[in-house]
Amino acid sequence: MPVEVRLPTILRQHAGGQTSVKANSGPLSEVFEDLIRQFPGLAGQIVTDEGTLHRFVNVYLNDDDVRYLQKLDTKVNDDDVVSILPAVAGG
Amino acid sequence: MLMLAENVYLEMVAHCLDGLPEEACGLLGGTDGEADGARASVCYPARNEAASAKLYRLAPLDHLRSDRDAEQRGLALIGVFHSHTHTDAYPSPTDVAQAPDPGWHYVIVSLRHAEPVVRSYRIVGGQVEEEPVAVDEN
Repeated sequence: MPVEVRLPTILRQHAGGQTSVKANSGPLSEVFEDLIRQFPGLAGQIVTDEGTLHRFVNVYLNDDDVRYLQKLDTKVNDDDVVSILPAVAGG
Repeated sequence: MLMLAENVYLEMVAHCLDGLPEEACGLLGGTDGEADGARASVCYPARNEAASAKLYRLAPLDHLRSDRDAEQRGLALIGVFHSHTHTDAYPSPTDVAQAPDPGWHYVIVSLRHAEPVVRSYRIVGGQVEEEPVAVDEN
């Protein structure tokens, strides 16, 4: 399981308090499916029921925002780092 | 209580003033333990992608870089700051609705008056509670 997935503090409670976890490489959607298989509490936190990224999270593949790549179809290779960050906004 | 290292306080207020007339924002790196309380020792100024005097949207890439830097220093991101250009240093309904992490400290720098006013809040489940802020000169 060679992909590192970095979790924000708000999601770590669903992954035993870990800062980062490992998942299988493949399309980003499958990386997240593997993540949820390991940590069912993450279901609904990253991807919506409609199968799109939640608007209140930002996901990076290494240094690139996946919204500007192929979103959930983005190919994630061995040794890539996927970072999940909460969207930070207000007024 | 939130303790701000003096350099964090100064950089935070300077970034907010530099951002006028728009809102400015950034993240706070530090430690937050039950025994010693919260102390911010690094300020991470960020870009406001909303480019607005009424809203902020912290640039995700700046967030990513801040998160990596904090980790390399053995710290964590413990909160976020943003300015209110024309209102008091109290969370707006938008701030409360969009607060991403109940563990964070939400610092607001009001530039409504000539002298900046800095206040900090915890926002948990839509409930806002102010906490004291102190500046550590050491």
